[in-house]
Amino acid sequence: MLIRRVIPCLDCRDGRVVKGVKFAELREVGSPVECAGTYEAQGADEIVLLDVSATPQGREHHLETVRDVRDVLSIPLTVGGGVRSVENARVLLEAGADKVAVNTAAVDDPSLIDELAGRFGCQCTVLAVDAARNHDRDWCVVVQSGRKRTGLDAVAWCREGVQRGAGEILLTSWDRDGTRSGYDLQLLAAVSRAVTVPLIASGGASCPEHLLEALQAGADAVLAASIFHEAEYTVADVKNCLARSGIEVRR
Amino acid sequence: MAAKTIAVLRTGVANLASVLAGLRRAGADARVMDDVRAVEETDRLVLPGVGSFEAAMTQLRSRGLVEPLAQRIRAGRPTLAICLGMQLLGSGSEESPNVAGLNVFRERATRFDPCVRVPQLGWNLIATDSTSRFIRPGCAYFANSYRFTGAPVGWQPAWSDHGGRFVAALERGCVLACQFHPELSGAWGVALLRRWLVASEAEVVGC
Repeated sequence: MLIRRVIPCLDCRDGRVVKGVKFAELREVGSPVECAGTYEAQGADEIVLLDVSATPQGREHHLETVRDVRDVLSIPLTVGGGVRSVENARVLLEAGADKVAVNTAAVDDPSLIDELAGRFGCQCTVLAVDAARNHDRDWCVVVQSGRKRTGLDAVAWCREGVQRGAGEILLTSWDRDGTRSGYDLQLLAAVSRAVTVPLIASGGASCPEHLLEALQAGADAVLAASIFHEAEYTVADVKNCLARSGIEVRR
Repeated sequence: MAAKTIAVLRTGVANLASVLAGLRRAGADARVMDDVRAVEETDRLVLPGVGSFEAAMTQLRSRGLVEPLAQRIRAGRPTLAICLGMQLLGSGSEESPNVAGLNVFRERATRFDPCVRVPQLGWNLIATDSTSRFIRPGCAYFANSYRFTGAPVGWQPAWSDHGGRFVAALERGCVLACQFHPELSGAWGVALLRRWLVASEAEVVGC
């Protein structure tokens, strides 16, 4: 049986890890290499590295960051942020990413998912989806770091992404991200039912119980940033909480 | 070539950076090679693999590597096959029904049962018995949609389970084939790579 994963997320800008609320108000946390090494030692099952730089110089930094993190990390590394083409993905994979996440560019041109899966395999292709609630009924996809609402239904978009070859969904609740109020469990349950590939929950965690709830709602893995960056909880603390509730974890 | 050097065969699309970093952490001087000399002359070879069965076999065939690789593995020369690299050793795969594998053994890779998440992306438990030379019980990281459900005769298997039992690894002498990614399997994976490196180096020196 597959073991549920706990995944610290490093949002990086200009080679530094940052943390913000609702994709804005960024503030520095530390060096990506140090953070990644610390989290692996604490028992992280995987690291996600997202580039939130807004400039070409920032993108160059990011490639160096991927190389440096790869050298210290002996667990999987997923990289995303600003991936717009097969060529972007190839460069990241060569630098040391094991999986590449696409978001806005896939919404603009869904065939990018087919191309990535065709070239690198579905196990390398992660579809990152940022979803925002519509009047408590359903969820729409938001892009450009949350600045733009699309007309796409988030659940239908996840389903389409999988049909096109995405091997994993990284699902962030835009309403919950940075709010510390827990994951959007209804969103997770809806997408978990709709897709056949692994689902990573993201956005809103502030305590180990939130990660537990997300797994119980149907997520295969849980991603969190600030609870680890603020050193409120270690990855081991989270895994202890999950294990006490009968969820098998890797230790 | 010095016994400490490891050749990592370029199979088109593969997470070479991760494989190289993993081997370095385990103490090896690993280099990427892509020609028939690497397969025939290198004492220790790593056959990584990510992507589709057909793309990988097409790459190997276009560079004349199919027979040299099969011969090398049949002869028991130290070789580490990873993920798709292990599936290539069989006769074929449901992923690319009309494409032949290296045919080192007759097993054929099939897709996971649709009742579980596919691809299998994540950590799974490894079961083995005390006669395994390299594999120990533990947790390994997998990223695959296809797998062998039976082990070939003459190979020591390790097992895992994802909607049913499947082959996690095969060992015969200093040939080690892993369905999981040892280079991404944390300290457990580094220790496994180190065991293979030490044993295969002893074998090479002993020759």
